[in-house]
Amino acid sequence: MTQHSRDLSRRRLLFGGAAVGAGVLLAGCTSNEETPTEAQTKAAAPGGNAEPGERVVIGFSAPAADHGWIAAITNNAKAQAGAFSDVEFKTVEAGADAAAQRAALSTLISQKPNVIVLLPHDGKELNAFGLEAMKAGIPVVNLDRAFPDPKAYRLQIKGDNYGMGVAAATYMIEQFKAKGISNPVIGEIAGIDALELTQERSKGFADTLAQAGFKVENRRAAQFTADSGQQEATGLFQAVPKLDAVWNHDDDQGIGVLAAVNQTNRKEFFMVGGAGSKKAMEDIQADNTVLKATVTYSPSMASSAISLARLIGQKKGMSDLVELQVPKEIILASETITKDNAAEYLKLGF
Amino acid sequence: MSETLPTAAPDRAADLPAQSPPVDPAETAAAGEKVAHGGATGRRLSWWSGDNGEGARRNLGLIGVLLVLVVIGAITRSDLYSNPDWVWDNTLTILKLASVVGVVTVGMTFVIIGGGIDLSVGAIVALAGVWCTTVATQNFGAGGMIFTALTVGLAVGIVNGVLISYGRLVPFIATLAMLVAARGLAAEISDKQTQISDNQFINGIASNSLLGIPLLVYILAAVVAAGWVLLNRTTFGRRTVAVGGNPEAARLAGINVKRHTLMLYGLSGLCCGIAAVMLTAQANSAQAAMANLYELDAIAAAIIGGTLLSGGRGTIIGSLLGVIIFSTITNLFAINGLSTEAQNMVKGGIIVAAVLVQQVQFRSFTQFLGRNRLTT
Repeated sequence: MTQHSRDLSRRRLLFGGAAVGAGVLLAGCTSNEETPTEAQTKAAAPGGNAEPGERVVIGFSAPAADHGWIAAITNNAKAQAGAFSDVEFKTVEAGADAAAQRAALSTLISQKPNVIVLLPHDGKELNAFGLEAMKAGIPVVNLDRAFPDPKAYRLQIKGDNYGMGVAAATYMIEQFKAKGISNPVIGEIAGIDALELTQERSKGFADTLAQAGFKVENRRAAQFTADSGQQEATGLFQAVPKLDAVWNHDDDQGIGVLAAVNQTNRKEFFMVGGAGSKKAMEDIQADNTVLKATVTYSPSMASSAISLARLIGQKKGMSDLVELQVPKEIILASETITKDNAAEYLKLGF
Repeated sequence: MSETLPTAAPDRAADLPAQSPPVDPAETAAAGEKVAHGGATGRRLSWWSGDNGEGARRNLGLIGVLLVLVVIGAITRSDLYSNPDWVWDNTLTILKLASVVGVVTVGMTFVIIGGGIDLSVGAIVALAGVWCTTVATQNFGAGGMIFTALTVGLAVGIVNGVLISYGRLVPFIATLAMLVAARGLAAEISDKQTQISDNQFINGIASNSLLGIPLLVYILAAVVAAGWVLLNRTTFGRRTVAVGGNPEAARLAGINVKRHTLMLYGLSGLCCGIAAVMLTAQANSAQAAMANLYELDAIAAAIIGGTLLSGGRGTIIGSLLGVIIFSTITNLFAINGLSTEAQNMVKGGIIVAAVLVQQVQFRSFTQFLGRNRLTT
């Protein structure tokens, strides 16, 4: 028995040692040091609006979603604010949903910022907050997800989801014409179907294709994650043995779609991406995958939003426009990135 | 000191092989259950009407459902099904689709049979996947990545187990907390980015085949086989059934229930680690939001496979069939170009139907037949 218990203690020591060793090893493995993606800022040019002016406190809130695009939004906003010596940047975590964001924002209001820049979880759900802040005399800059009530924001800056679909379809139609394909088989891998932005993208895509007399053969909805993209793409390939083109709404999800392409050895079609991630642009530039183009929905809008919020705070207009104040609505055009212009856009990739 | 007493400590006795004089407690518990169920009739029943055949009958039913699904597919897309190459390829695709959730479900089946529930499996897969694709881990190569994924999965599972068995937390709460925390940690480590796996060996796990069958399918088969042996042919498996069936009786019979529960959650975590490697290979990347809602897929598969949610009963083969049925439905909807919403509604319906069937039970149906002299 004594022998037994000694064995036991030795075994425990071994197990304990192994556990501690593994723990130390693993803790070392969490490091993610890599050359960070450069944030998209606009350096302050001398003269005009860039001259340091009145001090502006900008409050900022964006969801903590697990997606490269949202991460880029936050990074860009922070970096752009850092580029101005007269801007103080206050950020609050938006939490997991609209209710949590509302709670976080009420603490932001009490700090009395000059301007609030806000990417809401859901524009409809946070409309009331926009109204409240505007009533309290704090201009609200809505980033990307619109408030239904025009009184709830001073400036709305967003991407063009419908336009993304239009751009993707337009590129495809050109390609079909060039290749002489008269009856193309087209697949679509959308993002989360419940979101309005996904529906707008799909509508733009379908409308534009319809004008050319084409239609989407099979449409699968993934979840903006690489693993769901891989799964849905595999299903799509299984359903349609021969494809001519695929539009994948999101480049992050596209990592999984491209993985599925490799795994199933399907090379007969070309693919158009969406959003404009750095990886996608590099792939397009290298031209060694089925990904031939991507249509942008650039997170650089966060940098622009901070610049414009500063101007609003200082009561200045955009120097290239005649108007003395910043306009109320800005919609970014969705641009098509191909091999020819990828180098130019690479700095805007996230 | 108990060591000096002639009678060994209870949990020691349980360590002895089953044929030793102190009867294996799990055997007794299982036998007791047998008496409670079918013993009243007093005669040995054949497999289609006896209690021993319950699992086999249920699995036959699941295979029937599977066949119906395939027939529906063959009717709706007869153009595709007329090509034998496509059919074989599609079968492998369904199995590949089932592989990741299948591995998770094996671990989940053990936990549920043992009377618990593990809501954190999807989050553990994400955490292990993210951890094994950090730049620092990828520097160690494929071996380092696999080691990291397995160790992280096992460690998180053990934390779950300690909280539940020694911290006396309800499994639902402990693993729910772990679900939130593990995804949070994964988001923290990955900085909310999608981490791309550049390791060709890892990515090759999803793209390579051996003798025409994808490696992922071999991994699933190996895990299922190991799970089947563990559950049906070892003391560990017997104890799992005993602990889940009646923890107090199991404790009185000399099983160290706490330690056993701890090991069950560790096992589930380890399965998640394996699944994380497979999913990372499939997606060539990992991120904190991956393996979304896998806990529900795994629980649903185990339940339609005949695992009793209150513990004490379940089969690995049933769970596997459950997973394959779900991935066949997903495939069926994809090849017909139907929306994900419709697919989710059908899946929900199937889960409800499976639980309803569990409540009715085949036994009462055969009794009904017997009463009406439709069978012997």
